[in-house]
Amino acid sequence: MERNPWRELFPQLSGKDEAFLDSAASSLKPRSVIAAVDHYYNDLSVNIHRGMYKSSYEATMLYEEARAKVAAFIGADESEIVFLRGATAALNLVATSFGLARLQAGDEIIVSELEHHSSFLPWQAVAAKTGAKLVFVPLDAEKRITVDAFRSVLTKRTRVVALTYVSNVMGYVTPLCEIVPIARSVGAVVVADAAQAVQHLTIDVKALDVDFLAFSGHKMLGPTGIGVLYGKSALLAGMEPIEYGGEMIDDVAKDRSTWKDAPYKFESGTMPIASAIGLGAAVDLIRSIGIPTIEDHVVRIRRYAYTQLKKIPGIVIYNPTADTGTIAFNVEGVHPHDAATFFAEKNVSLRAGHHCAQLLIRALGIEACLRASFYLYNSYADCDRLVETAREAVAFFKGVGF
Amino acid sequence: MAELDNLYREVILEHYKNPRNKGLSQDPGYVTVHIKNPSCGDDITIQTLFDGDVVKDCRHEGHGCSICCSSASVLTETMVGKTLKESKTIAENYLAMVSNKPFDPTVDLEEATVYAGVRQFPARVKCASIAWQAFLKTITDRN
Repeated sequence: MERNPWRELFPQLSGKDEAFLDSAASSLKPRSVIAAVDHYYNDLSVNIHRGMYKSSYEATMLYEEARAKVAAFIGADESEIVFLRGATAALNLVATSFGLARLQAGDEIIVSELEHHSSFLPWQAVAAKTGAKLVFVPLDAEKRITVDAFRSVLTKRTRVVALTYVSNVMGYVTPLCEIVPIARSVGAVVVADAAQAVQHLTIDVKALDVDFLAFSGHKMLGPTGIGVLYGKSALLAGMEPIEYGGEMIDDVAKDRSTWKDAPYKFESGTMPIASAIGLGAAVDLIRSIGIPTIEDHVVRIRRYAYTQLKKIPGIVIYNPTADTGTIAFNVEGVHPHDAATFFAEKNVSLRAGHHCAQLLIRALGIEACLRASFYLYNSYADCDRLVETAREAVAFFKGVGF
Repeated sequence: MAELDNLYREVILEHYKNPRNKGLSQDPGYVTVHIKNPSCGDDITIQTLFDGDVVKDCRHEGHGCSICCSSASVLTETMVGKTLKESKTIAENYLAMVSNKPFDPTVDLEEATVYAGVRQFPARVKCASIAWQAFLKTITDRN
């Protein structure tokens, strides 16, 4: 069995007898990211953009370098990269600042049942406040978003298309490269939730021509508390900040104040500086290995696990054809929380529940499910352990009388 | 794994598969409390009928994992016939026990004692608590 060359980059894996299969919730963090965060706290620990001294200058440089790295990673301009708390904050900023200001009664917002709550709820709120209508792309039999289904709900009144790029439960890639030009034909703005995409797909926002794209640092080897909103310059320029305070101002006067240009007008207060710098280090590592190499590994081990898992009577899998590294499944007749405890006792770390995607769970006609998700540090041994534990779980729950 | 085995083999599976007092009553005399655990989807309703100071009937409905559903069934059996004061003491002690907090071991929790095993599984404390929290809220709501 081939040796995984990347495991040793992750201190969380050393000396642990655990199969960590919950990267879609949060990935592990490599030493280089931890070192970048440590460097900031150990050696600098000062604020950015305002100090007239060396350590502040260095911290500012590192923070802005991180922005440049993120921009280069997705093919954007630096001024189009807004640092925020995470994908959730990024999607809320778009809905609140852009959506509330631009939408009105009769307008339509296209969403889907595949959405993570963070990609759906902000638009549900916008619809409730503006009178705009939420329209759902009908999912196909596999619960995928297809181009034809998207076309079937697009109208002249479609103003916003808010879709997940990769489903956090099913691991399906939404065909955004085909959907964006179709949305463009009616003048709609496309908002992509890329929280599960940016670590799996090579993204070029200019080629994709998406208007907004959001993702989190901690799902792509970076620290928690930092995320990114990409927005086209012209759109960001026309948007009002939703948080006012320190650092985001151009000029403050008693009667009227003005803001800095994007991205700074959206980065109010003291930002999570260390996390942003850590995200820069995460981008460095991902680029040095290469998304195609990572994804080749992820897809191969996911297929390896799936091929064995599907042979186990008593295991039901909901996404046989996933495009990226997730397996959504259940032990038949066993509530996923009961099953998850069994897996946890065997040190197989999975997620159980509705995965912040209640609309999808309902569409699947289930109460909840288990999710195994894979990333570059997962090994074939992790897959074997998942499969073996699944086999034991079926036997165990049958044995105790489920 | 022995702990998990014990946990499931005892009362829990029996009540999960053959729940007692399941299904809600239409009688408006019952006090009804509905609790949801939004993070996992457990959803339980507890209905209690009082005769003066005594729990005359206790019923449950809902869905969730085996620990959640069975603990609702065990709750209803435990509470019928208890006074308000007794039932409150039992529920409080049970909730302290499953969450590994100090509790009074002299209080007889009857069949519910087996849920002490849940302490080994901190991630499942919520599952074991939700029905019993609903019952405690019943008492608060009644007062």
